[in-house]
Amino acid sequence: MTAVAPMEVRVGLDLVDPDEVAASVARFGDRYLTRVFTEHEIECCRRSARGVGEPAYAVESLAARFAAKEAVLKVLRPIGVQPEWRSIELHRMTGGWCEIRLSGTAAALAAEAGIAGLSVSLSHEQALAAAVVIGWCSPRDRETYDG
Amino acid sequence: MTVDETIRSVLADHARLAVPAESLADDTDLFGAGMTSHASVNVMLALEDAFDFEFSEQMLKKSTFESIESIRTAVSEMTAG
Repeated sequence: MTAVAPMEVRVGLDLVDPDEVAASVARFGDRYLTRVFTEHEIECCRRSARGVGEPAYAVESLAARFAAKEAVLKVLRPIGVQPEWRSIELHRMTGGWCEIRLSGTAAALAAEAGIAGLSVSLSHEQALAAAVVIGWCSPRDRETYDG
Repeated sequence: MTVDETIRSVLADHARLAVPAESLADDTDLFGAGMTSHASVNVMLALEDAFDFEFSEQMLKKSTFESIESIRTAVSEMTAG
């Protein structure tokens, strides 16, 4: 018998220590930033004004974005093929909130899973950054079998 | 240092593992052994420093760094030829 499956909702959550991100920026500099984050993400986290000794980037914001990328992976549930970090972009909207934009392998995995949309919430304090991502899949016809 | 020794040294310094790097089997899941996704990025960059190359774009993903075996394969590919 054929039945319409209910909408599936997936949730991903991740935490990142901003101090770890600060250490990576200090140790590896631009190499770290450009391997993990898109130009847009780096620009969003660049401090426009900073005091003496302050880092050039808001590391807690970078940490929250990294947490969001990992949370997206938890929603995509990749098996085998893994998207590269920059194929998951946190795009900051004019109003200040972020949307997730996928490209490459990440976009292909989302399409394969039938994910119709993703929503993200970021949060951070000095010692912890967190992200929650919710993905919803379009209801699709699927075969079910009676015993 | 051999390739394996260098990989284990990088893991000891950057992977934030819950167990000593020298105790890992070649196929031990490094993420299961405590390496976070973020630590895996540091491992990648430290391997580039240690072996003096840059991983290709296709290798910038978690699965490349999931075990000593997978890292060794990636290093071999990058240093071949």
